[in-house]
Amino acid sequence: MTSTEHGEIAVPGTPEEAQRQRGMFGVSGSGDTSGFGGLVRVAPGSAVTLHSSERPYGGYFDDLMDAIEFALGPKRYAATVLRVVIDRDELTLHVARERLVKLCQALRDHNALRFELMSSVSGVDYLGSGGAQEDRLHVVYHVTSMTYRRRIRLEVAVPVEDAVIASVSGVYPTADWQERETWDMFGIDFTGHPGLTRILMPDDWDGHPQRKDYPLGGVPVDYKGATIPPPDERRSYR
Amino acid sequence: MTTTGADPYAGSRDTTEGRVYTVTGGDWDSTFAGDPVSEERLVVNMGPQHPSTHGVLRLVLDLEGETVTKARVVIGYLHTGIEKNTEYRNWTQGTTFVTRMDYLSPLFNETAYCLAVEKLLGIDVPARATVIRVLVMELNRIASHLVGLATTGMEMGALTAMTNGFRERELVLDVLEEITGLRMNHAYIRPGGLAQDLPDTAEASIRELLKILPRRLEGFHRLLSGQPVWQKRLQNVGYLDVTGCVSIGVTGPPLRAAGLPWDLRKVEPYCGYETYDFDVPVETSADAFGRYLVRVAEMSESLKIIEQTLDRLEPGPVMVGDKKIAWPAQLSLGPDGMGNSMEYVSKIMGQSMEALIHHFKLVTEGFRVPPGQVYVPIESPRGELGYHVVSDGGTRPWRVHVRDPSFINLQATAAMSEGGLIADVIASIASIDPVMGGVDR
Repeated sequence: MTSTEHGEIAVPGTPEEAQRQRGMFGVSGSGDTSGFGGLVRVAPGSAVTLHSSERPYGGYFDDLMDAIEFALGPKRYAATVLRVVIDRDELTLHVARERLVKLCQALRDHNALRFELMSSVSGVDYLGSGGAQEDRLHVVYHVTSMTYRRRIRLEVAVPVEDAVIASVSGVYPTADWQERETWDMFGIDFTGHPGLTRILMPDDWDGHPQRKDYPLGGVPVDYKGATIPPPDERRSYR
Repeated sequence: MTTTGADPYAGSRDTTEGRVYTVTGGDWDSTFAGDPVSEERLVVNMGPQHPSTHGVLRLVLDLEGETVTKARVVIGYLHTGIEKNTEYRNWTQGTTFVTRMDYLSPLFNETAYCLAVEKLLGIDVPARATVIRVLVMELNRIASHLVGLATTGMEMGALTAMTNGFRERELVLDVLEEITGLRMNHAYIRPGGLAQDLPDTAEASIRELLKILPRRLEGFHRLLSGQPVWQKRLQNVGYLDVTGCVSIGVTGPPLRAAGLPWDLRKVEPYCGYETYDFDVPVETSADAFGRYLVRVAEMSESLKIIEQTLDRLEPGPVMVGDKKIAWPAQLSLGPDGMGNSMEYVSKIMGQSMEALIHHFKLVTEGFRVPPGQVYVPIESPRGELGYHVVSDGGTRPWRVHVRDPSFINLQATAAMSEGGLIADVIASIASIDPVMGGVDR
């Protein structure tokens, strides 16, 4: 076990094994009189993304996965769907990025699937989350089948040096602005997008604000001799 | 990235972050140089501070005569980084941020956010809290639709519709103020339940409102629905059929006005909506007039739901019993307005050290939420409002993404207005009823 200066303890093991953090106030050793040092926190990314679920998935998920496998064919299915996660009654498919558009096309057009509506596209940056850091940028697509009243989540992970994903705006035109927002906020390049420009930030903005290594901003506030740091530099109870 | 060729309205330059486009209305000379149809073509910049664009929305319109050949929408003027900010505050504080996104339907933002947090926590809120949530959401839906009607009226030049709409909304806001203490941005719905219970006087006020509003809603029909000018301005304007709606992602009244009865309260019920008796109004005209009719009809349905919630209110707690999650502070009405309950303060300051520690820990640090991610959609007045919330197991959200219906629906502007007249652009956008606070977040 390796102990860091903040009293966090990284547990070695397989990538599947969740990393754990101890303590809360940055106190370790005998300095901790609060008792909080005994708390163990399961760090995120690992817990969020790395557990695979096994069949039977329950609910409509088994039928749905059968239909997806049938629509793609077993060989392409194996290359497309990297991982299936069932958590809190929601189905997440981790998808190989080069197969995403084909999968979306099948989800939209196949009779047994009919995911007509792409509800939401969003990015998540798992930097420093404790999970796998190579592919820290995730793009999360929520698609809805209005016919069968089903929802699934597709998740694609890319490394920050090569943050390129094929655009699904050809299949789901609603992804147009949502991919522009994801580019704007996370710097993920959607190839094939009809006009990938910034949408919420000004056109000449530097950087991608919702990445975890981008500060919240703000300046220290001086008030009657006391200085209050900006929110992201205040004491964190992690 | 992938756009090729020079764009007359979006000059580009390369930076370290990639190519940056600067969208402009176009300089007159450079826009028209070498363009064979330049005689007829006019580029008009409209907004972002234009009284008819429904907020700080900017439109770049290509015109030939009065016909719009191209409509581009420029947004982001109200971007305040709310999603990023939530990552730096604890889970309870998130409520006060998300309520400011779509500021005309704050209680929907709060409910969707809290439902997402509660799903991550795996807790159920008390029955009374859920009924009150439905009650305030439906009140809010009426207030929101009334503003939608009022601003549409203003933009169409029907100023009586505006004054009437805002007058009726004021009645609803008075009731919401009585319940939550605030007219807007209530932060009333909290993870685990509600900030406080209904005041004793609320039921009487709501019943009074239920008597007044049906007559006032009927007034909209008498004032507008049959009026030839109103019909001519809205009928066959901003046409978008079901296929168009679904591919662009448009939900809410525009989708229902196109004939698809897709209302999440019916098709994917939450907060016990499956137990209420109400209809989903549908029109088939797929135009701005249909959307107007759907909104007026939805207000009547909301009144039906409100009446049912009043009959269901049973005494009980409005916050989960789990003391590790429930907000400890108690509010009460003092001589100078709503504030901390004196009784509670004297208890934690004078009698119970443990209660003080507990209060301090929950208020400063907050509670922890098990790692995972959820997506919770609800039916806001403008369509599917979805919260994608990711937790890393900490006291603050790892990520909160909001699928705001205004943002998605506004993409339909080009499809609704290209090929029509410039005056109809205003009617089309008004019929989407975007709220820029939600669009830009």
